[in-house]
Amino acid sequence: MIEFHLNTTSGVSPYLQLVQQVRRALRLGLLAEGDQLPTVKDVVSRLAINPNTVLKAYRELEHSGLVAARAGVGTFVTSTLSNASLAAHGPLRVELQRWLTKARRAGLDDESIEALFQDSFRYLTDEGVA
Amino acid sequence: MTDVLDAQGLGKRYRKRWALRDCTLQVPAGRVVGLVGPNGAGKTTLLHLAVGLLAPSAGTVGVLGGRPAASPTQLGRVGFVAQETPLYAALSVADHLKFGAWLNPNWDAGIAARRIDQLGLDPKQRAGKLSGGQRAQLALTLAIAKRPELLVLDEPVASLDPLARHQFLQHLMEAAADDGVSIVLSSHLVSDLERVCDYLIVLVDSRVQVAGDVDDLLACHHRLIGPRRDADRLPANQEVIEASHTDRQSTFVVRTDGPVLDPAWTVEQIGLEDLVLAYMRRASNTANSNTANNNTANSANLGGVE
Repeated sequence: MIEFHLNTTSGVSPYLQLVQQVRRALRLGLLAEGDQLPTVKDVVSRLAINPNTVLKAYRELEHSGLVAARAGVGTFVTSTLSNASLAAHGPLRVELQRWLTKARRAGLDDESIEALFQDSFRYLTDEGVA
Repeated sequence: MTDVLDAQGLGKRYRKRWALRDCTLQVPAGRVVGLVGPNGAGKTTLLHLAVGLLAPSAGTVGVLGGRPAASPTQLGRVGFVAQETPLYAALSVADHLKFGAWLNPNWDAGIAARRIDQLGLDPKQRAGKLSGGQRAQLALTLAIAKRPELLVLDEPVASLDPLARHQFLQHLMEAAADDGVSIVLSSHLVSDLERVCDYLIVLVDSRVQVAGDVDDLLACHHRLIGPRRDADRLPANQEVIEASHTDRQSTFVVRTDGPVLDPAWTVEQIGLEDLVLAYMRRASNTANSNTANNNTANSANLGGVE
């Protein structure tokens, strides 16, 4: 079971934050097929948010085929985002950390690193590689 | 489904002053509606019209398909928590529940007892001795236990500390999740409402400035930042809510149904608080230019002024 949290200053709408948190948990392997999501009422009473917000987030996850609602029981994970790629995470992480160390040594601060990453990411996306 | 609130040209006048003017609204059922506006904007007047404590001076108001407070049945369908959550200071918590049971035909004693227990309130405690948070929770309990279809709350969290405020909203949202009750609550702070509301009404200077589904509102408002340009040179489908200029740069908050295609603009999403503030500033600018109509250059600069 995962626990949701809300960042009220991020500018990202609450329902999207819930969706993103489930997707991230799936990607990182924190949630696996068969796991149950917190019930709507649990989320509502923990975060003091609108039940429609939670329902909307769960509906969107359902539409993308990641979870399914079982009437009267709850919402369960039916698919995963990580399976194939999870094994590759370790080596990639090591490589990335090595790169980050190199960038720091070259004198880049956090902001420059982030900007460089975003920029390269966008470049690759535009080229249709990533 | 019938609208929970249906106002047509609704207005309320106290002697010469209009506390609410030309209010036309249709709020669908099953929503949590936030009514936001500065103090004195007319929020309480609108809520009192909706629960039947006031009669309109103009127009009509319908609640759940009926006239407010027209019959005992209609009274039972609406729960109301007034500002400052008035209770009887000399009566105990248990007395309040007894009172509620006696006055309300649909009273749910189980829910009331469960909530009092959950809150850790001593039934023998006098209401006058309760903390602000406990008083608000007791008032909410009374309103929920009558099992209304619509719950109306006037500034319910204004006087509470942050923890009591969070707890109050938790219980309110649980009620919404459990019974699917529709909720209308007012506040002068957007931050109170941001998490809980999915429908927003902005009321400033006795008039509704904007109303609608929160996600829809956020989707059709943008902040445009770019080289200096006058508001009237924006496309016709972009309604300027707010504009500010430096000698080189212009920043607009616009409402538009279509995408913003002009590459000169950096387009940013706008948060709920900024959206509300933009409408509030526009309304107060309109009010100022109405009273001092000589400063036309200024109002042209602000753009979008009616």
